Amino acid sequence: MKFGIVVSEGPYTHQASDTAYHFAKAALEAGHEVPRVFFYHDGVNVGTRLSVPPQDERNIQANWTALGKAHGIDLVICIAAAQRRGLLDENEASRQGKDANNIAEGFRISGLGQLIEMGIQTDRLMTFGD
Amino acid sequence: MSEVVKKFLYVNRKAPYGTIYALEALEVVLIGAAFDQDVSMAFLDDGVFQLVKDQNTKEIGVKNFSPTFRALGDYEVTKLYVEAESLAERGLTEDDLQEIVYEDEDDDWAEKPSIRIVSRDEMAAVMADQDVILSF
Repeated sequence: MKFGIVVSEGPYTHQASDTAYHFAKAALEAGHEVPRVFFYHDGVNVGTRLSVPPQDERNIQANWTALGKAHGIDLVICIAAAQRRGLLDENEASRQGKDANNIAEGFRISGLGQLIEMGIQTDRLMTFGD
Repeated sequence: MSEVVKKFLYVNRKAPYGTIYALEALEVVLIGAAFDQDVSMAFLDDGVFQLVKDQNTKEIGVKNFSPTFRALGDYEVTKLYVEAESLAERGLTEDDLQEIVYEDEDDDWAEKPSIRIVSRDEMAAVMADQDVILSF
């Protein structure tokens, strides 16, 4: 089965991005497909490469980057939500005249259309959030 | 844009202000309209407050986005299900909600109400009938 996943809460504050990660991993191990994960609301904060959690804690961003790389998952950060919250890739930083970017490896910034498209193209859409 | 037409339901459970969920849910609905899917919205729990008329956010310094609901008809979003029990639990009636209408192209563009008050059981049936549910 093809699963689309939405992460709609921020990392560390909320369990959602962890549970989504464990779900995606389990689904892939069981032979299902996870073509895309869409990060929305505070969930976009998962995709910053500047987070430095204590070494004895899980690194949520690194976990997603690794899982995405291993299975070719399209990790999409919503551009509208990202702009409000200070998540920028190189293009956006230059377009908005900002002096830095912070998007992590394996993630990309794109529009809400990617969320709708994921709903159309997958068999089940799973939302992890409140 | 897409040949597949699925039934999308956007479930709104939270108050319009205090958190950003309601506003960002509406942004998804507006963008999603371009995909020509069969779209419905549901309002329950504190989500019913999103449709209350005469909202004024001046004192809290955030944008009043409630007028946008009246534009949904232009995006062919014409099914707004509001749960009766959620209204009653909050001391609200249909008269407290803003009027939202759409023009029915199959009926000589007659103006029709988009808001449909449904019972909790009917709402459950609406949800069961969907392909994709996004909950905010």
